[in-house]
Amino acid sequence: MNDTPNTTEIPQDDTKRAPAIQVGHSPHLSDASFTTRRMMIDVLIALVPVVGMAVYVFQFYAVFQLAVCLTTCLAAEALFTKMRQRPLSLFDFSAAVTGVILGLSLPATAPWYVGVIASVVAIGIGKVIFGGVGMNLFNPAMVGRAFVMIAFAGAMAASGYESLQTGIDAITQATPLNAFKQMGISTPLKDLFLGLTNGSLGETSALACLIGGAYLCIRRTASWEIPAGVIAAVLVMGGLADIFGSSDNWTVIHHLFSGSLLFGAFFIATDPVSSPLTPKGKFIFGAGIGFFIMVLRFFSGYPEGVMFAVLLMNAVTPLINRWTIPRVMGE
Amino acid sequence: MADQPTAFERFTQGVLPENPVYRQLLGLCPTLAVTNSMQGALTMAGAVLFVLLCANVIISLIRDLLKPHLRIVIFTLTIATFVTIVDRFLAAYMYQMSKNLGPYIPLIIVNCIIICRCEVCASKQSPFTAAADAVGQSLGFTLALASIAAVREILGTGMFFGIRVLPEMWPDWVIMVLPPGAFLTFGLLLGAVNWVAARKKTEG
Repeated sequence: MNDTPNTTEIPQDDTKRAPAIQVGHSPHLSDASFTTRRMMIDVLIALVPVVGMAVYVFQFYAVFQLAVCLTTCLAAEALFTKMRQRPLSLFDFSAAVTGVILGLSLPATAPWYVGVIASVVAIGIGKVIFGGVGMNLFNPAMVGRAFVMIAFAGAMAASGYESLQTGIDAITQATPLNAFKQMGISTPLKDLFLGLTNGSLGETSALACLIGGAYLCIRRTASWEIPAGVIAAVLVMGGLADIFGSSDNWTVIHHLFSGSLLFGAFFIATDPVSSPLTPKGKFIFGAGIGFFIMVLRFFSGYPEGVMFAVLLMNAVTPLINRWTIPRVMGE
Repeated sequence: MADQPTAFERFTQGVLPENPVYRQLLGLCPTLAVTNSMQGALTMAGAVLFVLLCANVIISLIRDLLKPHLRIVIFTLTIATFVTIVDRFLAAYMYQMSKNLGPYIPLIIVNCIIICRCEVCASKQSPFTAAADAVGQSLGFTLALASIAAVREILGTGMFFGIRVLPEMWPDWVIMVLPPGAFLTFGLLLGAVNWVAARKKTEG
């Protein structure tokens, strides 16, 4: 993937052999200034409030986790692109974005090897094996996280988030979703919104995610249809559960602000490579993610379901693309 | 009939150039299912060796009696006989292993490696060639299973044949013992084998 949009020019002497329509791989862009590099820098800017909040709440742990993931992702990208004998692609910042998002999705106290292995898997198995940027089927950061989630269940499960031997208040408590799932303890909405709770580094503060997400949507780096779809589906399912269910101290608003829902909706699901192309498809994609998040939260053994929801919907992205091919007027 | 490969060729072809798992992509069900420990993998490989050897020799002995439209049925019945022997043998003498391998021993009946060898080699060539073919293919199968199982057992539990080889502080990669680990390991090893083969081709 290079920094020019996919308007491949057909060499003059080659016109006879060239196919009638040139189709490059995604992301398909029409605006020449809209490069991979610009999008990735936008994402990094949008992540600033989230990273800031993570460092404020988790202090040294956040810095350490982010540094581990970022360096390993960049090193893995450099190594694997060299193995494939492709030009070095570090400066489109896509590996950096994967590293930061991956780091933000890990628990603060995860040991160093979790971040290292997750990063290598994310870049290697999640991205490079499929052919590099723009070719991957699944969100690389979530592939890496899913791998360590299953490999190191002890460090990554809900109880892995709690560590009593620290001076940082947040980490000594259970995550809000787990406290509710295991013991039925609700967390005040204000804490969930501001983010003074335990959780994966980037997910605690709904406010920071909303600020960063709003920036991404305004810059049109992220398509607003995806987070809108996620939130709509969560509102509908959470609302139905509120009306018919019994969990009266954990409302749909708690669902919306807790866990990695907003972080996932704005930063993970909006990856332009592994999400559908058409606006309608994007909304369906988002709604599917929201649906699966709620199903996993209600019925699975895991307290949170954003990662698996995103991976599941990544898998059906080609199908959604096929369903939502725009029709020519009159057809 | 055109020139058939000799017994020696059949043997060497089976080990690497026509490795049943890495080159022919046959028998993947047991390959993925039983390779989370070396012991399980080698037991499975031994069972396949026994069944393949016996079935190949018997089919080769009766090859002149085979009717084309009934041959697959005869293959399957012959194989099933020997699989039943293995299955009962394991249940009698290696009860725990028999429980661990579960349905995968009876499933050898439909293992495509064996039916493939009966069809390709045993039904056309002499018992000796068929036996050499069976041993070669089984060795190839054993190599493949052992390579996958070694990676999975070492990374997944820090042990090799149940003996600890990595230090106590090794964090077990539980995923490698679970089904996803089988697919990942097999995919990566297959990629490595193809890469080596491609390089050999361009060099030679």
